[in-house]
Amino acid sequence: MFVFTVRRILQTIPVLIGVTILVFLMMHLVPGDPAQVIAGEAASEQTIQQIRERLGLNDPLPMQYFNFIINALQGDLGTSIRSGQEVTSEVASRFWVTLELSFYSMILSVFIGLIAGIISAVRHYTWVDAVMMIIALFGLSMPNFWLGLMLMQYFAIDLEIFPVSGWGSPEQLVLPVIALGTAGAAIIARMTRSSMLEVIGQDYIRTARAKGVKERIVIYKHALKNAMIPVVTVIGLEFGTLLTGAVLTETVFSINGLGRFIVESIQARDFPAVQGSVLVVAVVFILVNLLVDISYRFLNKRIDLN
Amino acid sequence: MSNDANALKISDLRTSFFVEGNEIKAVDGVSLTIPKGKTVGIVGESGSGKSITSLSIMRLIKSPGQIKHGSIAMNGEDLLQKSEREMRKIRGNQISMIFQEPMTSLNPVYTIGEQISEVFQVHQGLSKKEGRAKAVEMLELVGIPSPKERVKQYPHELSGGMRQRVMIAIALACSPELLIADEPTTALDVTIQAQILELMKNLQQELGMSVVLITHDLGVVAETCDYVAVMYAGKIVEYADVYTLFNAPKHPYTVGLMQSLPRHDKDQEELNVIKGNVPKPDEMPAGCRFAPRCPFASEICINELPDLIETEDNNKVRCWIYSDKWDGNPEVNVADDYKTARSK
Amino acid sequence: MPETTVNYPVTKPSNPHIENVKNILKRLKKNKAAMLGGFLILFFILVSIIGPHLVPFSAGEQNLVNKLEGPSAEHWFGTDHLGRDIFSRVIHGMSITLYIGFFSVFIAAVAGVVIGIVSGYFGGKIDTVLMRCMDVLLAFPGILLALGVVTILGPSLNNVILAVGVFSVPAFARIVRGSTLAVKELEYIDAVRALGASDFRIIFRHVLPNVFSPIIVQATLRIATAILTAAGLSFLGLGAQPPMPEWGAMLSDGRNYIFDAGHVAFFPGIAIVVVVLAFNIFGDGLRDALDPKMKS
Repeated sequence: MFVFTVRRILQTIPVLIGVTILVFLMMHLVPGDPAQVIAGEAASEQTIQQIRERLGLNDPLPMQYFNFIINALQGDLGTSIRSGQEVTSEVASRFWVTLELSFYSMILSVFIGLIAGIISAVRHYTWVDAVMMIIALFGLSMPNFWLGLMLMQYFAIDLEIFPVSGWGSPEQLVLPVIALGTAGAAIIARMTRSSMLEVIGQDYIRTARAKGVKERIVIYKHALKNAMIPVVTVIGLEFGTLLTGAVLTETVFSINGLGRFIVESIQARDFPAVQGSVLVVAVVFILVNLLVDISYRFLNKRIDLN
Repeated sequence: MSNDANALKISDLRTSFFVEGNEIKAVDGVSLTIPKGKTVGIVGESGSGKSITSLSIMRLIKSPGQIKHGSIAMNGEDLLQKSEREMRKIRGNQISMIFQEPMTSLNPVYTIGEQISEVFQVHQGLSKKEGRAKAVEMLELVGIPSPKERVKQYPHELSGGMRQRVMIAIALACSPELLIADEPTTALDVTIQAQILELMKNLQQELGMSVVLITHDLGVVAETCDYVAVMYAGKIVEYADVYTLFNAPKHPYTVGLMQSLPRHDKDQEELNVIKGNVPKPDEMPAGCRFAPRCPFASEICINELPDLIETEDNNKVRCWIYSDKWDGNPEVNVADDYKTARSK
Repeated sequence: MPETTVNYPVTKPSNPHIENVKNILKRLKKNKAAMLGGFLILFFILVSIIGPHLVPFSAGEQNLVNKLEGPSAEHWFGTDHLGRDIFSRVIHGMSITLYIGFFSVFIAAVAGVVIGIVSGYFGGKIDTVLMRCMDVLLAFPGILLALGVVTILGPSLNNVILAVGVFSVPAFARIVRGSTLAVKELEYIDAVRALGASDFRIIFRHVLPNVFSPIIVQATLRIATAILTAAGLSFLGLGAQPPMPEWGAMLSDGRNYIFDAGHVAFFPGIAIVVVVLAFNIFGDGLRDALDPKMKS
C-alpha cells in the first residue's frame, strides 16, 4: 500500500510538469507578440517594451518557464493586468467560494445519485427503474446554466422563495447547488445502477444467498461495498467537472468565484490572471484524483501491486 | 418423519427459463432421491440441467427462470411450498451449497473470517466475536494451516484450493443435512482436486451428511459417489449405483461418456468422443433426446420419448432397448456393441 | 485420477464479421430507446437542412415593435429583445449545433485514433510520451481546457469547435490505445505479420476494424458533451458571436431579460436538451448493442 501510494505520487509529477508547461505556454501560443496583445493595438513601442521587461519576455523561454515555476512555488502567480493586484490574492479570495459551491454540489450529487442508483438497480426492469433512468438521462442532457436560469426564473423571480443571485447566505446556496449538482447526480445514479447490476450477477452474491442471508443484507452489505469501487472513481472525476461547471453556474447567479474570474479575465485578455487561476484549478483537480486513486486502492483490495 | 431413509426426494421437477417469449425447459421432469448419508452424483455435459437442478433445490432460481412443477421433499416437507423466509432458514443451515468457481464465489471485500462468521450470525444468532472464534474452528476443520491468521485475510490472498476449502467451511458451518457441491473441483489443479475430494469425503463421514455432487467428470464420480444419475438434455437418462454404472452401463449415452474417458492401461490412437451436439432447447427431438446421436436408434426412438424403465438390478434407464416395445435388433448389447457400431 | 473428456459441442460461426454486423443491427433494432434516439437524430438533421426554408422568419429579421413578446400563434416561441422570432432562430440554429457537434468530434476522433493506434501499436517510448501528453490534457477538468484554447485563439465559432475537439481527444486516444493493445495480443496478428504484412496493412486491415465499435459509441456520446460544452462557451460570450442564432448565445441574451421574458431563455435551452438527449439515448443504445461487455 505504501509502495503504491509513493508510486502514484511519483506518477503525478510528470503530469504536473506537463500542466505547468501548457499553462505557461498559453501566453506564448497566442498569435502575435504577447506584450503587444496585453498592451493593446494602440500601445506605443515604449509601453510594449516596458511590459516585456516587467514580464521577463526578453529572456529565453526555458528561463521564463523556470522563473514561472519558482515564482508559482513561492505563491507568486504574477500581477493581474486588469486590476493591478497580485493574482494569488485575487484567486485565493475567490477560490473558497468555488470550492464551497463545488463541495455542496458534490454532496447533493453523491447523495441523490447513490440513492437513485441503488433503488434503480434493486428495482431492475420495473417502472421505478425506468422512470429514474429517464430522469437521469434528462439530468445528463441539461446544460447546467440553462437549468440555473430556469430555477432562477421559477423559484427566485416568480415565487420569490430564493434570492436571485449572490453567495453566502444559506438561501443563496440552494439554487446554484441544485443547478450545478444535477448532472453529477445523474451520472452517479447511472454509474451506481450499472455497477450494482454487475455486482448482483456475481458468484459471491449467489454464495451470500446460499448462506441464507436476507436479501436486504445481500444488497446493502455484500453488493453495495463492491459496487462502490468504480463509483468512487466517477465521484473523483465528477469533482473536476463540478469545479469547472462552476464557471457557468457562477456566471448565471453572479457569484464572485474563481470560475467567473476566469471568464472575465479571458474576456479582458488578462493572461497572468487566466494562467494563475487555470493552474490552481488543474492542480487541485490532479490532487483530488490522486486522493481518489489512493482511496480506491484502499477500497479495492483485489488490485495487485503490479 | 425422522425415520425416513431419504434426505431428499425430488419428484417430477420442472424448471424453465422464459426468454423472449420462448420457454426453455432446462430441467424437464427430474425425479431423484438422495439416501441419507450417501453421495449421489449428477453427471452430464454442460446444458444438461444438472446445475439448474441443484439451484432449484436451493430455490435460488432467479428470473427469467422459474420452477414450474414438482416437489422437493425434505423431512416430510415440500421445499417448493415454503416461503422465502422459511427457505432462508434452510439455506446454509440444513442445505448448503458449494460452487464451481472458488475464485469468484467469495466476496472480495470481506475477510474470510467475516464471511464464515456470517453464517453463524445468521443461523445461530452468534455475535461477531463468537462467529469469528467459530470461523477459526471451521478453518481448522477444513485443514487450513494457521487458521488464526487466515481468518483476517481477504480472498485474493488465498490460492484457489484454499478458497474452495473456505467455501466448504462456509457450507459446513451449521452441519447441514445435505450438501450440494456443484463442480467443486473443476476449476482446480488435479492434485488439489484430489485433496478437496478427500476432504469432502472425510467430512461427510464425520458429519453424517448426504451429498449431491454435480460434475461432468466421471473420474470424480467413480471416486466419491454411491449412486449416479446421468442427465441428458434436462432429463435423467440413467440412474444406478456406482458399481453397476461403471461395470454395466446401460444407456448408450452413458456408454459414450465412459468411452470418452482416456485410459491409462491402453495405448489410444484417439479419444472416443460422442458424435454430434446436445440438441438446442428449441430443437428438441420428438422422441428420445439422444436418438440423433445414438448409434442404436431405431424407429421408435425417433418417434417416442421413452420412460425411465426399472431394470432387474433395481436401477433405471431411459432407453427403448430395455423395453418390450423395442423394435430394433433384439440381441443388442449396448456396452459391447457401442464401439463397433460407432466405428462404422 | 483419470482426466475426462466430455465432448463439448463446438458451433462454428459462418463468418464472424457478417454475423457481428447482423447481430448488432438485430440488437439495435430491439433497443427501442436507441431506435428512438437514432430517428430523432435523423429528424434533426432533416430539420437543419430543410427547416430554415420552411420557417416564417429569417434568423435576423427584427421587429422592435413586437420585442419580448410571449409565445403566440404568430410567434410560437415568442420574440426576443430585438423582436426576432425565437422559433425561427431555434430552427436556424439547429444546423450550427449539429455542425459543432459532428465537426468537433470528427476532429477529436481522427486525432485520437491516430494517437491511440500509434501509441498502442508501436508501444515503447512513443507510447509513454503520447500517453503522458494525454494525461496532461485530461488533467484539465471539464470545460477548462476548452477555455484555455479559446483564450489563446480568441472567441469564435470555429475556435470553439477546435477547443471542444481538443478536449475530446484523450478520450478517443485512450480507448483506441486499449483496443489496439488487445488486438495486437491476438495470435492471428502474429500470423499475419509472419506472412509478411506491413505495419500499415496490419493497422488498416486488422486493427482499425476492431476498434471501430468503441469509437462509434464514444463519438456518439461525445457529440452530446461537445454540444453542451460549446453551448456553454457561447453562453459565456466566448463562442459563437451575436447575431448568430447559436442556442448558447441565445440563452445568453435570454439571461439578460430573465426578469421580464423567461421564454427567451426557455426555448433555446429546451432545444439543447432535446438534441443532447437524442445523442445520449442513441449512444447508450449503441453501447449496449456494440459492446456487450459494458451492457448493464
